[in-house]
Amino acid sequence: MQTMRSLPRGWWPRTKASKNTVIGYIFISPFILGFFFWFLTPALVSAWMAFQDWNMLSDPRFVGLGNFRTMWQNRLFWQSLKVTAYYTIVSVPLGLVLAFAVALLMNIKVRGIAAFRTIYYLPVIVPAVANAILWAWILNTEFGLLNVLLKSIGLPKVRWLVDPNWALPALILVSLWGIGTSMVIYLAGLQGIPALYYEAADMDGAGRWQKIWYITIPLMSPVIFFNLVMGIIGSFQVFTAGYLITGGGPEDATLFYVLYLYRTAFQYLKMGYGAALAWVLFAIIMTLVLVIFRYMGRGVFYEGASSGDRA
Amino acid sequence: MSIEAKPDTSVLPIMQQHVVSRRQSRFDWGRILVWLVLLGGALLMFSPFIWMVTTSLKTQLQAFQYPPVWLPNPPQWQNYVDALTIKPFFLYVRNTLVIVVFNEIAILATASFCAYGFARMRFPGRDTWFIIVLATMMLPGVVLMVPSFVIFSRLRWIDTYLPFVVPHFFGGGAFYIFLLTQFFRSLPEELADAARIDGCSDFGIYSRIVMPLSKPALTTVAIFTFIAGWNDFIGPLLYLNTPDKFTVALGLSLFRGGLLQTRWDLLMAASVVMTLPVIVLFFLAQRYFIQGIVMTGMK
Repeated sequence: MQTMRSLPRGWWPRTKASKNTVIGYIFISPFILGFFFWFLTPALVSAWMAFQDWNMLSDPRFVGLGNFRTMWQNRLFWQSLKVTAYYTIVSVPLGLVLAFAVALLMNIKVRGIAAFRTIYYLPVIVPAVANAILWAWILNTEFGLLNVLLKSIGLPKVRWLVDPNWALPALILVSLWGIGTSMVIYLAGLQGIPALYYEAADMDGAGRWQKIWYITIPLMSPVIFFNLVMGIIGSFQVFTAGYLITGGGPEDATLFYVLYLYRTAFQYLKMGYGAALAWVLFAIIMTLVLVIFRYMGRGVFYEGASSGDRA
Repeated sequence: MSIEAKPDTSVLPIMQQHVVSRRQSRFDWGRILVWLVLLGGALLMFSPFIWMVTTSLKTQLQAFQYPPVWLPNPPQWQNYVDALTIKPFFLYVRNTLVIVVFNEIAILATASFCAYGFARMRFPGRDTWFIIVLATMMLPGVVLMVPSFVIFSRLRWIDTYLPFVVPHFFGGGAFYIFLLTQFFRSLPEELADAARIDGCSDFGIYSRIVMPLSKPALTTVAIFTFIAGWNDFIGPLLYLNTPDKFTVALGLSLFRGGLLQTRWDLLMAASVVMTLPVIVLFFLAQRYFIQGIVMTGMK
């Protein structure tokens, strides 16, 4: 009886504030537990694995920095890094600019904006696998839609997925089909800019481009910044397009980093090396994001002190 | 880190009215040009869908004709029958739905539960944990692909649906917690205060006041969960081995290899079948979609 009485007393706090704390932690406990189970634990396991030579069948063998040394000397590692960097450098800015331009056009109150928004957004929800198979067919050299269109306007065929010089540009083109998400986010941001600012600019005699340059872009900079960061994080993780459309080829021209990681870990069962690759990917993405925050974050304009202050 | 609940949209209708009345008075060539540019872009964006559907209705030989046949006559509806029976497509659908249903239960229950704590309670450490939520949202998921596989294989969860289901019972992912927290913060405090005076606990306020009021946000979460589960490819690729357990995405990816490699008619038919449910869902619930994207992107 003694323990029965003392246990609840110690466990259940008396004061309102500490009671609140316990209840609060009960509410967020699923996330905290999940964070430990599915986040911190894998991260620790991965940190250990990165220094092992391990195929999951035999015992792991400590190799120190061996995995990283292998990486440094591996041609495919550099190739995958090059492919992914090229893809990111071209597709992310191109996608951002296109999405922004489309959102700007839509924000001029034209007829049928809802229908346009739907059509531009629709590709985003197409399942990645269906998307990949569809584009493999569109990019088919002999019978694909794209070459049919090129031929109809008198241009020569491009061997999209067969020519190593064209395969990656082709996949960048595929990525542009998915600008819908950032476009919708831009559009919402544009609609939130008070008309007041534009009216004031009108009175000062500002032209269309001046308004875009001096009002729209500064006010939209947090949104542009958000889309840029998310775009970079996403494009470094591209996998399905390379895996299903081109299989990494031709001549490793579309061997994305994650595709290389997948093959290393799950096809050649080099789990330790795979974990090391993942850490390097993580380091690259985080460095990029931090650099962007550091050098571009300053240029981001936050209207008022509190709203939109997510950085 | 202060995150406002909702943008002040009350000024929007007035603003739009104003713009319309000022501009629509004359025949505006600039506006027509803009409209034409948008229309051209829309045609480009939509043409892959048309290509997918017309190919799916062609014969195997028609698919390789130049110039392409846009309206195959007669349409080969048989392609759909073939595409759905060559592999046990309906079994894949059933498997996928099993995963999706469990995900819905897990995410709707636990993400909202966590979100209530973040949005409606005050306690030390809350903001730190919320920053961790945001941080996990930014972290690239593939980084943990390898160690997660090791952990799941140690748990003997490989070739089961547990890796897709169980982790979702822990808050359901930062994205959903964040989205629901934002929404819960926008709800008026007064109702909860009144209930509290009547002796209602926080658990009661969560289940009897906040949840019923949050149907729009919960619908958004449910839709995103469905799409994520239906479309997921990497998960099933890593964790499932037995063909009988495959999901639609994994099943369809296998169409691409092997005998069907050049049967574009059948490949497109199967792709149409896989894409149709998400498109129908999109049209039924467009409002919630846009809301969800905007809520995560804007705040």
